[in-house]
Amino acid sequence: MTAAAMIRLDAITRVFHMGDQEVRALDRISLDIAAGEYVSIMGPSGSGKSTLLNLIGLLDHPDGGHYTLNGIDVTTLSEPEQARVRRTRIGFVFQSFHLVPRLTAAGNIELPLMLEGMAAAERRERVEAALKAFDLTDRAHHRPAELSGGQRQRVAIARATILHPAVMLADEPTGNLDHRTGGEVVALLEDLHQRGTTLIVVTHDRELGARARRHIGMRDGAIVADET
Amino acid sequence: MKLADTLSLSLHSLVSARTRSLLIVLAMALGVGAVVVLTALGDGARRYVVGQFASLGTNLVIVLPGRAETTGGFPGAALGQTPRDLTLDDAQAVGQLPDVRRYAPLNVGAAELSSGGRLREVTVLGSNAELLPIRHMELAQGRFIGGAAQIVLGNAIAQDFFPDGRAIGQRVRLGDRRFRVAGVLTTQGESMGFNTDEIVIIPVDDAQALFNTETLFRILVEARSRSAIEPVKAAITHLLKQRHDGEEDVTVITQDAVLETFDRILRALTLGVAGIAAISLAVAGILVMNVMLVAVTQRTAEIGLLKAIGAPAATIRQLFLAEALWLSLAGAALGFMLGHAGSWLIRLAYPVLPAWPPAWAGIAGVATALLTGIVASLLPAARAARLDPVRALSGK
Repeated sequence: MTAAAMIRLDAITRVFHMGDQEVRALDRISLDIAAGEYVSIMGPSGSGKSTLLNLIGLLDHPDGGHYTLNGIDVTTLSEPEQARVRRTRIGFVFQSFHLVPRLTAAGNIELPLMLEGMAAAERRERVEAALKAFDLTDRAHHRPAELSGGQRQRVAIARATILHPAVMLADEPTGNLDHRTGGEVVALLEDLHQRGTTLIVVTHDRELGARARRHIGMRDGAIVADET
Repeated sequence: MKLADTLSLSLHSLVSARTRSLLIVLAMALGVGAVVVLTALGDGARRYVVGQFASLGTNLVIVLPGRAETTGGFPGAALGQTPRDLTLDDAQAVGQLPDVRRYAPLNVGAAELSSGGRLREVTVLGSNAELLPIRHMELAQGRFIGGAAQIVLGNAIAQDFFPDGRAIGQRVRLGDRRFRVAGVLTTQGESMGFNTDEIVIIPVDDAQALFNTETLFRILVEARSRSAIEPVKAAITHLLKQRHDGEEDVTVITQDAVLETFDRILRALTLGVAGIAAISLAVAGILVMNVMLVAVTQRTAEIGLLKAIGAPAATIRQLFLAEALWLSLAGAALGFMLGHAGSWLIRLAYPVLPAWPPAWAGIAGVATALLTGIVASLLPAARAARLDPVRALSGK
């Protein structure tokens, strides 16, 4: 373990109750990820890789252990404080995009800025820049239903990066895309990594997983491989 | 998140679910509209009754012979004589009291009116010239009684006897006496059981001679102001007691007392009716709750997403509360307009009923709508705020 770890998981345990059965989705996991790393987490379904990602993204809470992000024990933060950490430090990209269907591409990208309480004029500027950066300017006023899969994921990435988070979490980002569009999305994410963002990708696509600098293998809630 | 953004984002989601939103707004509007219309009806009825009383006269004090304890009419009718009659002298003395603006002695009887071969029984009022202003009567033609042997005809009687409309100056017979028509009253219709269209008015002296009596039926007194009513009442009681050898054998009633009672009863009635209408607002509130609960379920994934991109629970709650606020606001505004339109239609259909919704009804209706809407959405909003983001994202 290095002192410079950005993400530090210490004996993290997460237990789900399925009826009267207890499932240890994460079983005393300890893991350090430094700033700027490119990590892939791979493993079969039910291995706990998505749970791990949700936990790192503060969407889920451990039943035991400590999670330190940038030197702060985030497990002890209050709900609004955790929300603030999610908003400003963490970006999420999902397999199913998760765009708000009634909002336009621009409206979806604007959401985190709105939640941050940014003034409308500044928001507009930032959204325009993001649309341009992700080559979506001519799609700005289209609703998600009118966009292709690749465009939708680009909107989602634009939304995830609009507040320049230090960590980008991607859960099967190419799972709903064809090979070529998937490749484009991966290129976008890797470009973010090139510019310093810590990138953590959960996938069971071996080809995608292999692109990362560090490969973490999971099985039954435990880390079974950690190779650089 | 800024308040303006919360409001605009929630409005946007309502506009996206147009039908659902419109139905809720309609339910709210009907509730508020019902409160406004029903209170307009109730208050209209109150005003109508109060107006009827007011048309009897303003600041009116009425003196009648006998004590009011005697039930079943006034004792004079039953015994043929009151202990001591009300006389014209009594009336004149009352008229001299301070704070009395004007007074009119009143004699009532029935007699046969005949002219030009026509004959019919009419109610006869004997009084003086002050009766006209005291009782708020108006003349259609001619002038009021000003001297002996003059008669003023009720509008329907004038129509009966002089269909050509030329009644003024004509001679008529009333009982065994001859009168000249001085004027004709306007149509006023029924006013508290007294149809002024079917009466004739003659000077009180003529009436006393006609009915061969010294007694007055009533003395009508108009006080100078509303605040003078009670002092005048006390002064009259005192004066007549003195004049009647210390016997308190008259009853003095004020129109105000009667009016206030009616006013109170009808106000209570209006409140009751408004309360019943408010129940429909409660029903609308339950509708809002139901629809918001459905919306939370439908938008589970969206709520999960908002949480994932950093919306705290408080923001989620505020978004749903803002939606309820918009719905209630729109419903209340529409209901307010519906209510006023409904009241207008009632006034159009029944012009005699002043069905104006009182200001408090509008305010109370709108406030109740806003309150029920917000209260009803507290539970759904809290439920949305509590959603677990991981489960919500997977749509569970």
